[in-house]
This record gives sequence, C-alpha cells and structure tokens, in this order.
Amino acid sequence: MNINLTMIGQTIGFFIFIAFCVKYVWPPLVQAMQDRQKKIADGLAASDRANQDLELAQQRATQELREARDEAATIVEKANKRANQIVEEAKTEAREQGDRLLAQARDEIEQERQQARDALRAEVATLAIAGAEKILESSVDAKAHSEMLDKLSAEL
Amino acid sequence: MAGESPAEYIQHHLTNLTYGKLPAGFERNGTELQEATWTMAQSAEEARAMGFMAFHVDTLFMSALTGIIFLVLFRMVAKNATSEQPGKLQNLVEMVVEFTQDLVKNTFHGRNPMIGPIALTVFVWVFLQNSLKLIPVDYIPALTSAMGIEYTKIVPTTDPNATFGMAIGVFLMVLYYSIKVKGVGGFTKELTFSPFNHWSLSWFNLILETVGLLTKPFSLALRLFGNMYAGEVIFILIALLPFWAQWALQVPWLIFHILVVTLQAFIFMVLTIVYLSMAHEEH
Repeated sequence: MNINLTMIGQTIGFFIFIAFCVKYVWPPLVQAMQDRQKKIADGLAASDRANQDLELAQQRATQELREARDEAATIVEKANKRANQIVEEAKTEAREQGDRLLAQARDEIEQERQQARDALRAEVATLAIAGAEKILESSVDAKAHSEMLDKLSAEL
Repeated sequence: MAGESPAEYIQHHLTNLTYGKLPAGFERNGTELQEATWTMAQSAEEARAMGFMAFHVDTLFMSALTGIIFLVLFRMVAKNATSEQPGKLQNLVEMVVEFTQDLVKNTFHGRNPMIGPIALTVFVWVFLQNSLKLIPVDYIPALTSAMGIEYTKIVPTTDPNATFGMAIGVFLMVLYYSIKVKGVGGFTKELTFSPFNHWSLSWFNLILETVGLLTKPFSLALRLFGNMYAGEVIFILIALLPFWAQWALQVPWLIFHILVVTLQAFIFMVLTIVYLSMAHEEH
C-alpha cells in the first residue's frame, strides 16, 4: 500500500491514453455518428417531401382529370351541335337544290311545250294550207294567203 | 493457499509486485546491501523499504494493458466506422460514445471539444480496470506464481497509486483549463476573492479555496480506491471459505460488483466532467 513512482507512471499513461483518444478514436466515431444522423434526417425530410409531392401530384391529376372530362363534354356538345348544324345545312341545301332542280325542270318542260306548240303551230299552218289546197283543188298562192294563215295559227 | 494462514493469504493477495530501489544498508537474506540497488522486492517488507522509488509492476502492466485494449478496440471500430448500417461492435462502441457525449452535453456547459474524449477515456479505462476484479481472485496469481512471479495484484484500481495517478491527471487538467480560460490573474482572483469578496479576507479565501481545490483529486482517488479495495478484500475473504461453500457468497457479491464496477467508473467520469466544467466557469 505504498505510494510510489507507480502514481506518476499512471498519470503519464493517463495522458497518453487521453491524447490517443482525442486524436484517433473520438473524431472518426463522432463523425460517423453525425453523418448517420444527418443521413437519417435527410431521409426523413426526403420522405416528407415525397409525400407532399405525391399529394400535390394526386391533386393535380384529379384536377386535370376533371378538366379533361369537362373539355371532353364541351367537345362532344360542340360536335353534336356542329353535326346538327351540318344536317340542318344539308337539309336546307338539299331542299334548295331540289327546288332549283324542280324549277329548272319546269322551265325546261315549259320551253319544250312552247317549242312543241310552235312546231305544232307551224305544222298546223302547213297542214291547213295543204288541206285547203286539196279542198280548193287549186293551187293557192301560198304567199297570198300565208298572212291569213299565220293569223290563224297564232290564234291556236 | 497451501500452508498459509488466512492472514498470510490475505496479505499475500494484497501485495503488489514491486520493482524498486533498495536503500544501501538494507539487510537481505542475511547479507547487508553495500549500495542502493534496483531490484524486484521479494517480500512486503522489502517493498516497504523501497519507499517512493519503486514501481508496482502488476498495477502498471494491467492498467497499461486495459488502456491499450480500450484504445485498440475503439481505434479499430473508429477506423472502419461507417455512417451506413453499423455492425454489432460499432453499435456497442457508439452506444458508449453517445452515452458519454450526452452526459458531457448535459453536464458541461462550456465549449471544449476535448471534454468528450477525456470523459470517454476515463470511463472506459476505469471500467476495464475495475472489471479485472470480476476475474476470480486466485486465477491470475496462481498462473503468475507458476511462472515464478511471487506477487500479483491484478486490479489496478485497488492500488491507491493508480487511482491517485488518474486523479492527479484530472487535477492537472483542472489547473490547466482554469488558467487557460480565466488567465493566471483570473484564477488567482477566484482563489482569493471568493467566497468572501473583500481584500482583507483574501488570505482566508485562499485557504478555503486551496482546500476545496485539493479535495477534488483526493475525493476522486479515495472514492474509487476505497470501493474497489473493500470489494477486493471481501472477495479474498470469500475465497478463504471451503471451495464448496464459496459460491453462496461469491455469486451475490459478484453480481453486486458488476454494478459497483460500472457505477464507480461512471462516478469517476461524471466527477471528472464536473471538475473540468467548474474549471471553465467564470465567476
């Protein structure tokens, strides 16, 4: 139980161990622990952020879906309207065309009739003259009587 | 313990392996030494005769060994320390480091990055030195005496030299940081102007403060030594019982000492931090 040089030896050892610990043991350990803490904190923050992003994305997706649906509805409505319009236009046009064609046909018929009537008239005049010639059994100067005949045919 | 009386057995177990300077004129094996010689003490009387000029080889060896085990182990882990998933050993080491770090954070209010590693060294080193006590008292001495070494006392903290050595280390650090933080003037002022802030009472303050200052290493060293030494003596006494009855006392005492060993290391560390913290505080 003597106090002796051992005490001083122990003090020297004490300082050597502390110096070694300060220089080579403590810094890397604490560094590693701090790094891990930072990593975990970063990871948690990242997951928070990801969650937020997900929520935002979901919101945006919902909104976009709604917009798309609205737009689709609008487009369909517009298309329907346009289709109706086209049908309406086509109907009108068809009716107009029909009417036009009808009118044209009528005109043509009228013209033909006129022509036929004219031709008939001319024929009638000739026939009448031929008939009269036969009846009179004399030649009648066509020129002398044509004026009278024309008047007659005009009356037909 | 063959052929020994219980007193001799206890005495034997409490004697350190001592290497020191025998003074001239010491009578050894019937012959008187002509001049002072450095030699291994062969008995407790010789060790006593060596006085201050002696080393306790077993104490120094075991404390150095535990210190080296601590540093090698922690250095190994520190070198391969990863901030990814730690291994089992790294986990254990980090647990100890974090424990000391938290304690320093809560106890030490200054700003000094040295306190952490100091506390860690103190805690683990003292813990390992104390832990040697959990080895049954006869194992190592039997082994060394078979190797021809007469005395072996393996627990360094049951040797006041070891505890005082560490306490002096702490004391020197307290002085160093007191002067570093407050300056020589500030430290002197602290010693002479508190608790009674009047110039005429400064001599009284100086006495009080010096006593207070010196109490620190004494309380540190004696607390650790007292606890460890008393426990060791009990272990030796239990070892005197017949071998078939020893377990009945040994087991509870051992379990109790698992606590004491840790607790004393913890107290030594906490007091070290507190003393260093006080050294950093300005009044």
